[in-house]
Amino acid sequence: MSKPRLDDATGVETVGHEWDGIEELNNPLPRWWLWSFYACIAFAIGYVIAYPAIPLLDTATAGTFGWSSRGDLQKEMKAESVRTAGMMSELSKASIEQIATDPRLRRAAIDGGRAAFKVNCVQCHGNGAAGSVGYPNLNDDDWLWGGDAAAIHQTLVNGIRQPGDDATRMSMMPAFGRDGILTAPQVQDAVSFVRVISGNEKPSASAQRGAAIFTANCAVCHGANGEGSRAVGAPKLSDAIWLYGGDRKALTQTLTNARYGVMPSWGNRLDPVTVKMLATYVHSLGGGEAAPAPDPAAPPVAAAQ
Amino acid sequence: MNAHDPKLSADHANEIGHETSMYEKRKAVFPKAIDGAFRRFKWLVMAVCLTIYWGTPWIRWDRGPYAPDQAVLIDLAHRRFFMFNIEIWPHEFYFIAGLLIMAGIGLFLVTSVVGRAWCGYACPQTVWTDLFQHVDRLIDGDRNAQLRLQKAPWGPAKIARRSLKWGIYLGISFATGGAWIFYFADAPTLQYEFWTGTAAPVAYATTFVLTMTTFVLGGFLREQVCIYMCPWPRIQTAMLDEKSLLVTYKYWRGEPRGSVKTALKAATPLGDCIDCLQCVAVCPTGIDIREGPQIGCITCALCIDACDKAMADVGRPRGLIDYCTLDDATREQRGEESVPILKTIFRPRTLVYLGVWSAIGLALLFALGQRERMGISVAKDRNPEYVTLSDGSVRNAYTLKLRNMESRPRTYRIVLRGLHNGAIYTDEMDVAAARRELTVEVPSDTTKPVRVYALNPRGSAPTEFAFLLAATDKEGGHDTSETTFTTAQGNGQ
Repeated sequence: MSKPRLDDATGVETVGHEWDGIEELNNPLPRWWLWSFYACIAFAIGYVIAYPAIPLLDTATAGTFGWSSRGDLQKEMKAESVRTAGMMSELSKASIEQIATDPRLRRAAIDGGRAAFKVNCVQCHGNGAAGSVGYPNLNDDDWLWGGDAAAIHQTLVNGIRQPGDDATRMSMMPAFGRDGILTAPQVQDAVSFVRVISGNEKPSASAQRGAAIFTANCAVCHGANGEGSRAVGAPKLSDAIWLYGGDRKALTQTLTNARYGVMPSWGNRLDPVTVKMLATYVHSLGGGEAAPAPDPAAPPVAAAQ
Repeated sequence: MNAHDPKLSADHANEIGHETSMYEKRKAVFPKAIDGAFRRFKWLVMAVCLTIYWGTPWIRWDRGPYAPDQAVLIDLAHRRFFMFNIEIWPHEFYFIAGLLIMAGIGLFLVTSVVGRAWCGYACPQTVWTDLFQHVDRLIDGDRNAQLRLQKAPWGPAKIARRSLKWGIYLGISFATGGAWIFYFADAPTLQYEFWTGTAAPVAYATTFVLTMTTFVLGGFLREQVCIYMCPWPRIQTAMLDEKSLLVTYKYWRGEPRGSVKTALKAATPLGDCIDCLQCVAVCPTGIDIREGPQIGCITCALCIDACDKAMADVGRPRGLIDYCTLDDATREQRGEESVPILKTIFRPRTLVYLGVWSAIGLALLFALGQRERMGISVAKDRNPEYVTLSDGSVRNAYTLKLRNMESRPRTYRIVLRGLHNGAIYTDEMDVAAARRELTVEVPSDTTKPVRVYALNPRGSAPTEFAFLLAATDKEGGHDTSETTFTTAQGNGQ
């Protein structure tokens, strides 16, 4: 602290502070700066009255404008639903086949479906819809119950083996080992045969014995050559995709105890438009199939709706 | 240079310990009209600056049917910047960064040569303050009339004059604020929309905010902006050196000052300064240049014009106040010759600035000439990384961003480089149509995302490959983006 003195160069008084020979001049502030300072204080008082500002024990003052960030979000969501209302109503009127063939509807449905998938489906099928053991990969071209848009839609609406839904996709594989239909060696022979037709093993005596067992017990659902049946959700056994694993251990487990995968029905959980969007999205993931050629005997889909 | 003035120092000595106010009311400045070489130069700079500001958005530039025909357009909505025949995309923003660096070094260059020339002539605050001060003179008359009106009590005549003047201020401010928005949209269309009330709310909001800032900063705060708000004077002051040209009162020639009559009666000969105060009267920031260089001096050189006129009237040589370097000031006091002007300007420091400035400019021009107007970038799907199909073949998915920066639609081929047994197809094609090469049309001035699946037979190993994008028209051009193909192998599965 030095004594206030007059600065030679400017003729201005110093404030008396000094740091290593550097002193501060006592120049007056401009008056307008003072007024803008008062204006800021006035604004701040108004702001505190108008908006939530003062924290209380478990809440805060509400403010006379009644603003809240949650209210803002609600407003945005409302505006968004108004914005998309037109498209939603178009999607609700269009059939799943019409959505698949109209590029504009399809694009909107895929976007909506992607969002709904993240909320409802990723828990089992995974974020990239790649599935895991017991939960099908939806990106590939292998479909248990059918891969065209309408089939996927039906699977979504009624689910698979959903108790209490009469229209659900239903089938049941017998527990061949556990229930004593086949002996343990017979199970091993059948496993050998299945691994041969899928190209995982070379033909063997065991597989030859397994062929007869397969024809007698498995072919009714899985087909004579293991080509599977979509009518009963019986997987194709001659391809490269295994829902529960294709090694001997996994197949032995499958034949002994059977599998009984369940998917909930979404028709009573989600609104119809969301289900259509989900079906369109899943169909778009790379394995979607074209609609089957219409059966001339069946009534057209549009008329049925 | 108060130290040289014993009378001033004595005045200040009495002030010590006196209670002075912590706040100071703005002392209104009423600069007197002046004519002279620097005033005319200032007119010219003002005319050029205002013409550029108001005129630029209205220049048309034909870019064909697919691009806007406004010569200078900052299209924020579509993220494009057009400047005559140059179009800049967001990823080329380094051109703007380069221009900003050039502007910075240009400021170093100008400041090291002619001091605060930016402040004195080209700064918008200076240009608009100058414009508003001319409005003052037009409505209220010159300095003395303005002073009289300022002191006069409020009455119908003063209210009428003030309303008229502030009305003109507002008009100029509105034209200024309103012109800004035309840089960001097609000017004729936006003007029509603006007057019919159909323009975007942000256009009105921007116009309102800029109108009010121009009105307040140009009409009322004026030199307060330079003295209290602007960091530029501080930065520029630090960049001056003893070879920079500054507006200088040559006290060694002018002092002791006194009128011609006083000089006749004085016992000892007086200096050239006749203390006519014309340099103070014309100053747009209201300072006395005879107190030496100071933060309030924007070096507009109007005091040089005023002093030259006064010297001519009393038959003394011009240049009592003049552009002068600190070096020359010392030399002149010692009676030596001043350094030639060219030698003052072309010295190592300024040449280095000039060299760096030109090098950046040339590098930018070179980069501009070399840049590719098309491109491809590939983002591989990572969830899932690969998909095994029923026949055992492996599929990977990619999002290709195809960039067409030309102002016309172009057709490109997407060609597989590597992945020798593989084939590609888009999500809009059937897998049966998969092949080694696809053809895609990309609209003008657009980045088009295309989802592409790559297929490789059963048992393929992970491999690296590339997508080649080649233009099919005669101008040609190509770009490559490398990526990988993932399979179960090498993933521990």
